[in-house]
Amino acid sequence: MISTVRTDDPSSSGASLERFSYDNTIVKYFAIATAFWGLAGMLVGLIVALEMVLPELFLWDGIPILSFGRVRPLHTNAAIFAFVGNGIYMGVYYSLQRLCKARMWSDRASWIHFWGWQLIILSALISLPMGFSTGKEYAELEWPIDIAIALIWIVFGLNMFMTIFKRREKHLYVAIWFYIGTWVTVTVLHVVNSLELPYSMMHSYSIFAGVQDALVQWWYGHNAVAFFLTTPYLGLMYYFIPKAANRPVYSYRLSIVHFWALIFIYIWAGPHHLLYTALPDWAQSLGTVFSLMLIAPSWGGMLNGLLTLRGAWDKVRTDPVLKFMVVAVTAYGMATFEGPLLSIKTFNAITHFTDWTIGHVHVGTLGWNGFLTFGVLYWLMPRLWRTKLHSIKLANFHFWIGTLGIFFYCVPLYWAGLTQSLMWKEFDGDGFLVYKNFLETVVQILPMYWMRALGGTLYIIGVFVMIYNIIRTTQAGDFLANEEAEAAPLVKEEKSGNKEYWHKRIERKPAQMLFWALILILIGGIVEMVPTFMVQSNVPTIASVQPYTPLELEGRDLYIREGCATCHSQMVRPFRSESERYGEYSKAGEFVYDHPFQWGSKRTGPDLAREGTPKLKKSDAWHYQHMLDPRSTSAGSIMPSYEWLIENRLDLSMTADKIEAMQTLGVPYPEGYAEKATDDLRKQAEEIANNIASELEEEELKALKDREVVAIIAYLQRLGTDIMVDKK
Amino acid sequence: MSSIFVLIILGFIVAVAFLAACIWAIRSGQFEDAYTPAMRILFDDKITSTEKTDSQHD
Repeated sequence: MISTVRTDDPSSSGASLERFSYDNTIVKYFAIATAFWGLAGMLVGLIVALEMVLPELFLWDGIPILSFGRVRPLHTNAAIFAFVGNGIYMGVYYSLQRLCKARMWSDRASWIHFWGWQLIILSALISLPMGFSTGKEYAELEWPIDIAIALIWIVFGLNMFMTIFKRREKHLYVAIWFYIGTWVTVTVLHVVNSLELPYSMMHSYSIFAGVQDALVQWWYGHNAVAFFLTTPYLGLMYYFIPKAANRPVYSYRLSIVHFWALIFIYIWAGPHHLLYTALPDWAQSLGTVFSLMLIAPSWGGMLNGLLTLRGAWDKVRTDPVLKFMVVAVTAYGMATFEGPLLSIKTFNAITHFTDWTIGHVHVGTLGWNGFLTFGVLYWLMPRLWRTKLHSIKLANFHFWIGTLGIFFYCVPLYWAGLTQSLMWKEFDGDGFLVYKNFLETVVQILPMYWMRALGGTLYIIGVFVMIYNIIRTTQAGDFLANEEAEAAPLVKEEKSGNKEYWHKRIERKPAQMLFWALILILIGGIVEMVPTFMVQSNVPTIASVQPYTPLELEGRDLYIREGCATCHSQMVRPFRSESERYGEYSKAGEFVYDHPFQWGSKRTGPDLAREGTPKLKKSDAWHYQHMLDPRSTSAGSIMPSYEWLIENRLDLSMTADKIEAMQTLGVPYPEGYAEKATDDLRKQAEEIANNIASELEEEELKALKDREVVAIIAYLQRLGTDIMVDKK
Repeated sequence: MSSIFVLIILGFIVAVAFLAACIWAIRSGQFEDAYTPAMRILFDDKITSTEKTDSQHD
């Protein structure tokens, strides 16, 4: 039999078989966490989807912790790091043990990893709705949580590499390569993008500013997709699809090529998120070129996954596990075709900032990650509980309602994105914008938003059905905590011959090498970066660009706290349709004091980069009323009201610390300005409060001077004004 | 644009680390056999009472 063939140890022939057991309990826990957080993350997603069509619903209207800008990061973090994260660990802990023919290195490390990760999720669940945010997409969690993530990730890595060291199978199956690639790269990404200067226990500023911050953020952001949502799941695909179909992968050789090609190309695709922005053109082109190249390994891998089912397509007709996997791999293929397409400037000019992007990522998360996870769960749970799936029918129902859900989610959003983008760009015969009022283009696509919410609901119904099905399965079964297995050891320890010793050393080398290379990267990176950023990056390239006033800085932090950038970009692209609508296109030099940058990636509302310029300027009173009730100034707006900004007193206790932190980062406030900052702040706040009071003719509104709203108004009125010639 | 140099250097180091891993893998014969590994994962290491393996699949 093939299972007894051992290329590395032909002489043993079963004489030195070792008995050991696989840890199934940890897999069980991660599986439960996957299903639980998956459902939670999707329900939060449904809430934000409904908030876009029913902004005034009593369930969330006026409740800070439920406002869109704070809950949307919660949804993305839950989907990526809680649902897919636990899904990765579930799959890795199951497959790695079997591929290495060894139990996980340390049960204790496994449990620290498990509970540590759940605590991190819990801290995100609390801190994000409270408004603790770094302001960087998909990396919103504040610095203490960032450190916790790094530590737990290292525990996971240690556990994984040590298991690889003590493996009983010499060959590293391709899935393991994908896991290693994931771990190494995610470590680097997380550390670099989380470099921030704390100014309190739960607040920090990114050490990067403006264009630089944008580049680092999207280098991270894209690779979060690449190395958290893709490579580990490809590892799972290469293990679980062959297992579920009981067929070897179509081409093992292709899978190896897939891995190495992907790993070398992926990391440079990031700048495609910044096409037509203030990022230098050549960096944009770099992103485009690498993104286009990516289609080759991606589709190679996708076809490899699908073709694994050659000769087994009849099973796909009956086995829900394979159905889920087939749609998952197909979704991977669609998303990785669309990705390069969206990275072409011509196409990106239309789709960027629109709902197309949201549709695109949900093909990936709902289709690829979601369906592969479901397939693995349906395959795995009956095995762990040594029984049959409770109901094939219910699993099939889940499959169809889930597929329908993806369809109803994504297609309307493609449609919405295209519709809105074309409306933004439409000129009449006289050369004026046809839809001058941004709101018209929003109202137009609301039906599509409704359909998206419907699609999401269908998908969630499917998940509920799955959880019921799995619970019934486990109730009927008998859980096997430690699965006995036996295999021959890799190296005979008792032989002290030099040859064996060297073999062993060499075998251990790759992981050791990766580990040390990583440490070097981190040290080298930090040494390299800190001086570069402190000194050079903040030399203003536009003389008239000045640091924010203390009140504007406080306002900017509120802007970050409320997640305004989730709906409002601050980046006017060099198109006539945009300069016509918003004004002068954005320049790199305008953002040199922006720690972190707030360019955003989606325009649910209009761009705010030029909000303070005469072309777009509104009065302070307008802003006040708009925050209090957006629909009073803009009929039909879907922005949530921000009543609490009017009720909350502006916290001045950290103003001085913030100024000092900014000075540390190289923002040229005068020496000793931190002490004077609050005086300047009060003066500016009083002015704004007086403006509001006099315009609305209500004396008592002067009391607004110590409220948060004046700070955010000050910031909005400042936006984009620095390069205006007629500023003074 | 100093950050891009940092990213290039980091990307380069990561790439070199992976390249080294790739070269190691090729040299140590990891990819010599592109057939058996794909087959091997299909078989579980169940406890065998006799020499003969049971290639059952549950």
